[in-house]
Amino acid sequence: MLIARVVGELVATQKHPSHEGRKLLLVQPLNLDGSDRGDAVVALDAVDAGVGDRVLLTTEGFSAMTSVGRRQSPIDMAVIGFIDQIELLPDVLL
Amino acid sequence: MYLGRVIGCVWATVKSPLLEGMRLLVVQPLTPELQNTGKRLICTDCTGAGAGEIIYWVRGMEARFPFMPALPPCDTTIVGIVDSVDLNRRERAPANPPAAAPANPPAAVPGGRRHARKA
Repeated sequence: MLIARVVGELVATQKHPSHEGRKLLLVQPLNLDGSDRGDAVVALDAVDAGVGDRVLLTTEGFSAMTSVGRRQSPIDMAVIGFIDQIELLPDVLL
Repeated sequence: MYLGRVIGCVWATVKSPLLEGMRLLVVQPLTPELQNTGKRLICTDCTGAGAGEIIYWVRGMEARFPFMPALPPCDTTIVGIVDSVDLNRRERAPANPPAAAPANPPAAVPGGRRHARKA
């Protein structure tokens, strides 16, 4: 799982039927210090997240599919939680 | 899932029988600002996407699920055509404008093959 920030939303009319009824979010994975980690990805929303939220992103198919309740569907990323706070040991280098 | 743009297609006459009848498209991955990023790749398609369209694609075993119960040997599949990208909810630019005509259409080469190179 990754820490990520929701940066936008996608609208798609023509898509796989298993994606209907769920928001498509553009999420930017983050490092622990809050900087960007690689490119932004598209994820299905399982928790009703919105733009600007810091969220938990799963990047593995089975977890993503089950979290949005669509088994055996082409989903490999899903937003599965909001992050309220991250606590680190004081000597962790960011 | 990842954003991308279809920039061409691939013909293959000799291929796995499970891939028969499937479209193979060349995809350029994009950033949310629709700038090119990363290397181009070949995706199968379950949506009917065409050249120039912004799409999103899925990677891994999940790429085979749109074709159930057949399980073709593919690892990337286009699963949606993007209408618009709403970045930070400030502006809502259409990703695939309906009346998008190229400003300078490429001249047809008489009797020649059409080159699928990106403009």
